[in-house]
Amino acid sequence: MEKFTRLTAIAAPLPNDNVDTDAIIPAVSLKRVGVDITALGEYLFHEWRFDPSGKPIEDFVLNKPQFAAPGILVAGRNFGCGSSREHAAWALLYAEVRCIVAPSFGDIFYNNCFRNGVLPAIVRGDDHAGLMRDVTEADGAAPMTVDLEAQQITAPSGEMYGFEVDPAGREALLSGLDDIAMTLEHEDEIAEFQHRHAAVRPWLYNTRFRVKASD
Amino acid sequence: MATTLFDKIWDEHVIRAMPDGKTLLHIDRHILHDITSPQAFEGLEAKGRRVRNPELTAATEDHIVATTPGRDETTYAPGAEFIRAMRKSAEEHGIRLFGLGDMQQGIVHVIAPELGIALPGSTHTCGDSHTCTVGAIGALAIGVGTSDVEHVLATQTLKLHKPKRMRIEISGALGPGVTAKDAILHIIAAVGAAGGNGHAVEYAGAAVRALAIEARFTLCNMSIELGARIGMVAPDAATIEYLADRPFTPQGEAWDAALAHWRSLATDDHAIFDKEVAIDGGEIAPTVTWGTSPEDAIPVTGAVPDPATISDPGRRATKERALDYMGLTPGTPLEGLAIDMVFIGACTNSRISDLREAARIAEGGRVAGGVRAMVVPGSSTVKRQAEAEGLDRIFAAAGFEWHESGCSMCCALGDDLVAPGTRCISTSNRNFENRQGPGGRTHLASPAMAAAAALAGKIVDVRKA
Repeated sequence: MEKFTRLTAIAAPLPNDNVDTDAIIPAVSLKRVGVDITALGEYLFHEWRFDPSGKPIEDFVLNKPQFAAPGILVAGRNFGCGSSREHAAWALLYAEVRCIVAPSFGDIFYNNCFRNGVLPAIVRGDDHAGLMRDVTEADGAAPMTVDLEAQQITAPSGEMYGFEVDPAGREALLSGLDDIAMTLEHEDEIAEFQHRHAAVRPWLYNTRFRVKASD
Repeated sequence: MATTLFDKIWDEHVIRAMPDGKTLLHIDRHILHDITSPQAFEGLEAKGRRVRNPELTAATEDHIVATTPGRDETTYAPGAEFIRAMRKSAEEHGIRLFGLGDMQQGIVHVIAPELGIALPGSTHTCGDSHTCTVGAIGALAIGVGTSDVEHVLATQTLKLHKPKRMRIEISGALGPGVTAKDAILHIIAAVGAAGGNGHAVEYAGAAVRALAIEARFTLCNMSIELGARIGMVAPDAATIEYLADRPFTPQGEAWDAALAHWRSLATDDHAIFDKEVAIDGGEIAPTVTWGTSPEDAIPVTGAVPDPATISDPGRRATKERALDYMGLTPGTPLEGLAIDMVFIGACTNSRISDLREAARIAEGGRVAGGVRAMVVPGSSTVKRQAEAEGLDRIFAAAGFEWHESGCSMCCALGDDLVAPGTRCISTSNRNFENRQGPGGRTHLASPAMAAAAALAGKIVDVRKA
């Protein structure tokens, strides 16, 4: 996985609450892309960027020339709610949007971000309102810096903000390590657990739907 | 110490605490579907890893499939590569697949309990946010993304932060014409789309106890729409009756042993929840959404609210955008709002009891002119049962389309779409912008309300229909 340590990029404001993962990557785009996820980036927010005839919707923030390639989104509450589709995190990653700053996130999306080198940074209350105002006023003229090690944001105006982040997710982003490999280090304990658990709950393990009943 | 149902199942499945503060939790059941698993298998194969426990894993084809009568894997062309990938992976890794053409195929969250794959007291996961549905039988069921699907395939575990506990108690009784769907829409409106973020929800109270198991699935299904990845109801006699003699439930002595365990699964008196919500079941009306978040739900007797009354600017802008998208103006009564489409289906409301309820309303009536109404059973098993009861003929006589099972117009990943700018009353779980098709406008409601709207050509109060 790609690491995330520090990012300086243009930040685009997207103040809507409850931006769902269907908005981030719509079903129609998902079908068009198929199983090759690297093409998802160009479909990020597709239905918000283009009308049904394929014409760009001019007043959508990411269609404004100054926000053509933002590295950061400053978003509203509960960003990434809805579907578990990891395609939402992949679309952000491949569009090179590597950080979302919001007061809260949908739980599954939040977790998916950490697995894909995308930082979901939590800034609440007055700080969030201040940062949103700062980014809106900067209007893409100055970049913003997000420093994960220091857990600090330098807004386009130079104003500094702290942010919250899940410590486990922070470690994962800073190290870029393979999560599955880390769990497999505990394979003996998993095997031991199953052995012990199967003794008390045998019906959970002797499944009748398995392909070969003799397994 | 007094503990909750959630804690009892969680604690039993803890393998170890991880250095990063998460818990390594054993997963007893893992169900795959066509859309979120291909990349997981690619990742697994790229690292030369195996599926650790294929005997605890099952798969279905439901999302990117056609539902037209007589369909097969080639009917919906964009789905073909997903189906091919699913079949290849299932074959190579020895995973039982309930694919198109299988008698037991269906929507993943419908078939998992229907076939007795999901069981009370188990941990259960799937790469799908509506996995919370399965918590209705007292399982700890949690939806995950594709990275976690790969993690479960490789390790049969998940690394999770333990969620907080939330109890939603519905006291009293639901009124006539009021269903579990109305109850959950009412609850989401009360707590908000993020009200359950970070929590595992247990539904309790007299009105929940009185619900049939299929209605409890509807209730738990929309837990994620209030932000909670987990929704549960403690198993009881109704749960045990529901599970008896399902195709893959334990048999003989194993069944008896399982029963003893399942009967012990309840929240203790005096157990502490981090958050408690009390709802009076008698106050819930047939409920319909007006906007583009499930929290935009109001009684059918209500009118579209005015965002101008909201002081928070972000929230106001969000609701103004919703009104614009939905083509509605503040003050418009929901009753009488003309609809173009009716969708009865989805993992929320596609079980036999849902179809019986819709058929009861549809019987002897006729879908209004200009309205397209479709019924999509949640599984091939549900479809056969409905046909045995003659429900398909009731629907056909009334002018409803009768389909093969799948997710269909809920997620619009197949070719069942709401046309741009048209209005659909839907028994699914999400009214997000473009969810049911680009430009489609969704009003969430119960099967009875959807069927009544089909006949009237507009939203009506089923209590008066």
